[in-house]
Amino acid sequence: MSEFLQFLFSGITVGSVYALVALGFILIFNASGVVNFAQGEFVMLGGMITYFTYSAGVPLAAAAVFAILVTCLAGVALNKLAIGPARGASVVSLIIITIGASIFLRGLAQVVFDKQLHRFPSISGDDPISIGGATILPQSLWIIGGALGAFLALYLFFSHTLTGKAVLATANNKLAAQLVGIGTNNMMTLSFALSAAVGALGGVLMTPVTLTSYDVGLTLALKGFAGAILGGMGSPFGALAGGLLVGLIEAMTAGYISSEYKDAVAFIVILLVLFVMPNGLFGRSALERV
Amino acid sequence: MNGISVRTATLLALAVIILLAPVLFPSSFYYRVGALIFINGLAAMGLVVLVGYAGQVSLGHAGFSGIGAYACALGPVHLGLPPLVCVALGAAVSGLLAFLVGRPILRLKAHYLAVATLGLGILIYMVINNEGWLTGGPDGMTVPSLGVRSLLKGYGIKVTSSEMWYWISGVVLLAGAFVALNLHNSPAGRALRSLHDSEVAASTIGIDVARMKLTAFVISAVYASVAGSQVALMNRFVTPDVAGFMHSVELLTMTVLGGAASVLGAVVGATILTALPQVLTVFEDFEHVLLGLIMMLVMIFLREGLVPSLARRMRRSAP
Amino acid sequence: MTILEVEGLGIDFGGLTAVGGVSFGVGSGEIVSVIGPNGAGKTTLFNMISGIYRPSRGRIMLEGRDITGVASHKLAAMGMSRTFQNLMVFQQMTVLQNVMAGRHLTEGVHVLTDLLGLPGSWRRNRESEREAMRLLELVGLERGAWREASELSYGALKRLEIARALATQPKLLLLDEPAAGCNAVETQEIDGLISDIAGTGVSILLVEHDMKLVMKISGHVVVMDQGEKISEGRPEAVAHDPRVIEAYLGTEAEGAKEHASG
Repeated sequence: MSEFLQFLFSGITVGSVYALVALGFILIFNASGVVNFAQGEFVMLGGMITYFTYSAGVPLAAAAVFAILVTCLAGVALNKLAIGPARGASVVSLIIITIGASIFLRGLAQVVFDKQLHRFPSISGDDPISIGGATILPQSLWIIGGALGAFLALYLFFSHTLTGKAVLATANNKLAAQLVGIGTNNMMTLSFALSAAVGALGGVLMTPVTLTSYDVGLTLALKGFAGAILGGMGSPFGALAGGLLVGLIEAMTAGYISSEYKDAVAFIVILLVLFVMPNGLFGRSALERV
Repeated sequence: MNGISVRTATLLALAVIILLAPVLFPSSFYYRVGALIFINGLAAMGLVVLVGYAGQVSLGHAGFSGIGAYACALGPVHLGLPPLVCVALGAAVSGLLAFLVGRPILRLKAHYLAVATLGLGILIYMVINNEGWLTGGPDGMTVPSLGVRSLLKGYGIKVTSSEMWYWISGVVLLAGAFVALNLHNSPAGRALRSLHDSEVAASTIGIDVARMKLTAFVISAVYASVAGSQVALMNRFVTPDVAGFMHSVELLTMTVLGGAASVLGAVVGATILTALPQVLTVFEDFEHVLLGLIMMLVMIFLREGLVPSLARRMRRSAP
Repeated sequence: MTILEVEGLGIDFGGLTAVGGVSFGVGSGEIVSVIGPNGAGKTTLFNMISGIYRPSRGRIMLEGRDITGVASHKLAAMGMSRTFQNLMVFQQMTVLQNVMAGRHLTEGVHVLTDLLGLPGSWRRNRESEREAMRLLELVGLERGAWREASELSYGALKRLEIARALATQPKLLLLDEPAAGCNAVETQEIDGLISDIAGTGVSILLVEHDMKLVMKISGHVVVMDQGEKISEGRPEAVAHDPRVIEAYLGTEAEGAKEHASG
């Protein structure tokens, strides 16, 4: 039982990171129809910039805020310089552009920073808390809290603010949104900024537990993407649930079946879900217009 | 311009490039780079059929290259098969796998298809990487020789391995181009290309959309597999990276960079992406930065890919 | 003899009824038109008949065989083909190749022969090219045969779609607003073309907004409004049916009057 609890804790922790990546994915996907393969690099930037700013003597909290802001700028730049100019391009072109952006950011981090693994101190120390025979790190609670907080904030943003509704309107029907006077370009920029911020937050929170380096982005992007797909690529709730589910499946597989294939199971689940429910667990089907 | 002349022109251009390029090679190393370009070009040509003709995307085709490569590594050791038979075996296994998983995967569209193929590729990679008892795991394994060089030696002909592979991969590339170009304006090719623009319209003229997609998927898998086999036989060594996600991305980028529906474009794309890292070793650390930049810039400014965009520009400037 | 029989055909989208339950028939060699104001459910009806949407209720019979829910590529093999209101031309092919693609069923699928460029592949290509050129002449596009389809004008693309559909050798041809967006001259050309096609024994089911076109060439008219059939019969009878006038008056009075009288 305590063993199961241990796997559960680690699954929820890592799943929360995936959930943050998945939330970032759907923010951009909803607004622009683009799947951003550079989403993992936002997480990387969050962790790396925090580390190097902190190492330069800036207090951790300030370093984290700085990292999130810089990553936001990177997100906005991605939209303005790469996604925006490619408007109307085919899906394959867009996929290559965002993969190019991901390789570019990874390369840049390698040049500007280094190729080492880094970590900075946890927010509330490293003394494990024991619950029912299993233990959990205080930082894990921060990660879980971060994912829940980001989800809640996004949920409230979309359902209770005019700007949030404008973003949704842009996602649903860009032309109609423009006609009713929504600045759809601003909404795109906002979505990319928010998405980058959510990703960077994930990087800041996870680094004390999982460490970070210039190349952590790809794996995170794939897992987060898995979560987003599982959740139906639509609602923040789907992304949260999907991300957590991927983390849980992974932890349980690592614990009970094979740690070597823990990464594989996430993909097997994605393939099965896509085969059986091409629109994800929480997605709705759309009819092709003729 | 009709289909016949494009076909002949492309084949001629390729043959001339393959024959004349060695004149410019100052050392044997360049034969090796040339061979790598031809091998990657072959895999990219397979994706021309899938992406350019049929309009489907794949982020997992390196997985099939992995199958082709490991068939050549494992076949001789475990089944006692000669290397050439192993190439065929790898192609058959890749084709069969593509056939079996293709139908459910290809029901998906656009980004979902990209993720599903990505997942498939990664699963193949993981099996190769994790089943160390069979594949040597991340350390890789050696591959028996094709035996052509010792055969030639018997006739008193001495070539370096790089030279020999340059010519072998060149001929295979030409054969691949021949097949892909035949397909382009054939009945089956038209059916494939009709999916690219409208699946609904294709179905109303009697085209079984699922079946034709599957056909393109199987064909492209076989191309990727044969390419993988060649890499393994040339290097006499294989690691799981041949099946890795980054390799899948490279293959897709080569295809689209040159012009997704252009057979010649596949070779152009392969040339850029294969030669670039060799050139960029001077800049070392900046390799990824530049690669990423090139991918973005080409897709933003030359959306159709290099070959079609340049062809259009030349036609426009012509009197 | 009836070639197409539609019985109580209807479909719901997410609880909303788009088409209630429509019945009518198309006789062999006949031109039947479905008309109605915008949003009447005409195109939805077409999409059900041509196998793109699966109907929620009702039956479709083609030559006495139940084809309800049969996939559209199989319907093409049974002798039904169609065009689209929002053009669905293969933009990356030449005009000729577009029509040749319509010969898919006659050509059959011989992938290996085509990959290897064997004589069988060339022979089928030549046959298809000949037949496609004949159809392009029929629709008056033979001159642009080697141009990229994307270079054609709107009206020409409409005729290209008709040629492509004809290449499948249909017994029943479904035309979805063939004159929409065309000018008066183009409309007249299409008008003549449809009569010519019907003259060769192909039955035609037409969805059209242009009342003038419908009145002139159809033998039978089905009028739809808000997802239901409200009238049917000979064109002149339908034009004077008070329910039809009301439907058109209720939504677009001026336009309908103009069309019907002009």
